[in-house]
Order: sequence, then C-alpha cells, then structure tokens
Amino acid sequence: MGIEAKVREFIIETFLFGEHRGLRGDTSFLEGGILDSTGVMELVAFLEQTFSVTIADDELVPENLDSIIKVTEFMGRKGCFAPAVGAELSVILNSEVA
Amino acid sequence: MNGTTYFSKDALRIDPEEETEKICHFLRETMLNRLKRRGVVVGLSGGIDSSVTAALAVRALGKGRVMGLEMPERYCAEETVRFSSMVTATLGIPSVREDITGVLDAVGCYRRYDGAVRQVVPEYGEGWKSKIVTSDTMAQRGFTTFSVVVQSPDDVITRIRLPLQAYLEIVAATNFKQRSRKMLEYYHADRLHYCVAGTANRLEHELGFFVKLGDGASDVKPIAHLYKTQVYQLAEHLGIPMEIRTRKPTTDTYSLAQGQDEFYFSLPYEKMDLCLYARDNDVPPDQVADLLELTTDQTMGLLNDIDTKRRTTRYLHLAPILMQDSED
Repeated sequence: MGIEAKVREFIIETFLFGEHRGLRGDTSFLEGGILDSTGVMELVAFLEQTFSVTIADDELVPENLDSIIKVTEFMGRKGCFAPAVGAELSVILNSEVA
Repeated sequence: MNGTTYFSKDALRIDPEEETEKICHFLRETMLNRLKRRGVVVGLSGGIDSSVTAALAVRALGKGRVMGLEMPERYCAEETVRFSSMVTATLGIPSVREDITGVLDAVGCYRRYDGAVRQVVPEYGEGWKSKIVTSDTMAQRGFTTFSVVVQSPDDVITRIRLPLQAYLEIVAATNFKQRSRKMLEYYHADRLHYCVAGTANRLEHELGFFVKLGDGASDVKPIAHLYKTQVYQLAEHLGIPMEIRTRKPTTDTYSLAQGQDEFYFSLPYEKMDLCLYARDNDVPPDQVADLLELTTDQTMGLLNDIDTKRRTTRYLHLAPILMQDSED
C-alpha cells in the first residue's frame, strides 16, 4: 500500500469512524472539521511511526498536513515512498485514545 | 466597524458603575425568578475574576448571602491563599477553606500526572517540577502543539514536545483539580440551598478555556460577557485590593508557575481582548496589527486562531445531546 492509500485509510478509520464521507485527496482537514489540534497530534504520531520520520515543530503547518495530497507530498519530500517495515497501522488504531 | 473610526483600546472602556448595576440587577432577577436559591457560592482563587464575581454577588445580594470557598492544593502558589483570604476579609463574607490535596491524592491525580510526564521524561519524579506550554501562535503559523517543560532537582530546565497520549493523560489528570473544586462548591451550595457562580470572563468562556464539568460548570456566570480588561475596570470600581489587581493571571495548576498566555492564549490578556473584540466587530486586520504592534500576518494568525479555538471547543459548551433534539 502506498503513502496516499495509507494516509487515506488512517484518516477514514481514525477520524471518520470508518466512513468515507466524501473525503477527497484535496479535502481540507481543517475546513472540513476533520482534524483539531488533538487530531494533528494523532496524525503526526501516525506519520512518525508508520514512515519512520521525525517531524519538526516548524513543519507542523497546513501546507504539509491539511489534506491527504499535502501529507503525501510532505512525506515524499522527507524521502518516504512506502511504510517502514514493521510499522503497522494497527499499532496506531488500537492505541488507547481517551 | 466603519472606516472612519480607528480601532483603539477605548473600544473596551466601560462605565463601571453602570455595568455593576446591570450585573447586580441580572443577578437578583436570576436568583429570584430562575434559580430560586438563597445565596451564592463562589470558589475563590485569589485571582481577579473570582474576586470580582464575589464582589458583584455581595453588591447584588448582600454579604450574608455569599460564601467564599478557598480550595488550595499541593501546587498552588504561595500567594493564592493569602489573596483569597484578603478577598473574603475585604468583602466581609463567610468563607471555608478546603485543601483538596487529599482528594486529588485519593483519585490518583498526582500519580497519574507524574506517570504521564514519565512517558517523555523517564527520570521525572521526586524533586522535579513541570508545566505544559503551547506553541507560539505568532511565531508558528501552523497547528498548535503542546510541550512539557520540566525542571530537574538541580534546576536544569528542558522542553519536550508532547506526543498525543502523554498530552491527553496530563490534561485528564490535571482536570481532576477543577472538577474536585466544583464538586466541593456544589456540596456547600447544596447544604446552604445556594447556587454556584461561575467566574469565567469572556475570553475564557468564548474561547473554551475551561474544564467541562469543572470550572465550566455553574448556575450563573455574571462576568462571562466581559473582556478581561473590563473585569479589571470593575475590580477597581469594586475596591478589589491592589495586590490582586496587579497579580499576573496564572492557571495555578502545575508545579512550575504557568501563565495563561503560555498554555492557552498566545498573547497577554489585554491584547487577546482586543483581538477577540476585533474578530467579533469586523475590525480591519491592519488596524488591529497597528494597535498591537504586530505584522498583518501575525494578526491574521491570531484572528484565525480565535476561530479555531471556538470551533474546536464547541463541545465544551454542549449540554448532553438528546436523540429527539438531534438535527441528523
């Protein structure tokens, strides 16, 4: 599964209760009310664990994280082309979130 | 706002006497017609908001119908109790002091908090201090992030961005403090057949800087329509002691001192007030930028952050949603 598909699956499963809800590649997470600051933290944790990257504070901007396309391009710029070996989506999905 | 009136700090100027009368009338009518309780319990933090709320209640109902409740805990600042006692003495109201450290210990507040911090600072423990701070909305144009600042026993200070789970657990643990205080406020309100007054100002109320069913819970909120700057104007008019009027607003929640502008608001209250007023009154951003001595980009970031805070904290204001009331 490529980066875009992984990110899309994570967004749908984590924030949309498994329903597609018309989510497009360019749907703004902020304007669509999909992510708040807690959601951004979840997304960052997912990206760091799944793609084995470190995301700096100054990279936490809408230009990098506000849609599936932007996230995919951002991961591409960080040299990611596929999930790291052993980084399972289920680790994130099953983690306890209050 | 029309183009001929230039935005200035005077936008927040009120007539304290007139405003006091309006609030007192509102309080009396609310008590008589809706709440039907004999008096008011006010939790006193030694800060400006609770002091003004108590003073207004005394003006509205008389000192015999207002009870001040002081509820310090292990990490309250030294001046908290001194200032809250000063308020009860100045107003001449009866008060009760309930140290909630034992309650918090019993529910595991401190243990859970320390455990959450240890997720990012494994050596955190006895002799360490900490607090949570937010990213700088003006310096960082992006999403808000939260960091823990820890001070080791040998005074080395470190700041670490929090991962989601540690952040949520820290907030959940500290929320015990506001909720324990509210539980005690309602205990005293019940035994006296009083109501509970909330002490939130407009910034806190509208931007969601409160704990749901904690300090956000109350029967009446007499100053929730007032900007913090206006609360200070009332404080002077109502004779709140100078020491309290000059105390820097603090959350008084963490073992390291934490200003409100470090955790939630990205500017000192007097500037946040002006931003909120500007947002709600369509003041052109360039005028706001001029007044606050910021760039237009920084100002737009702050104004957008107001919208974000309103949107993301809407849940805090919601009463339980019933199926028959659902729009879906």
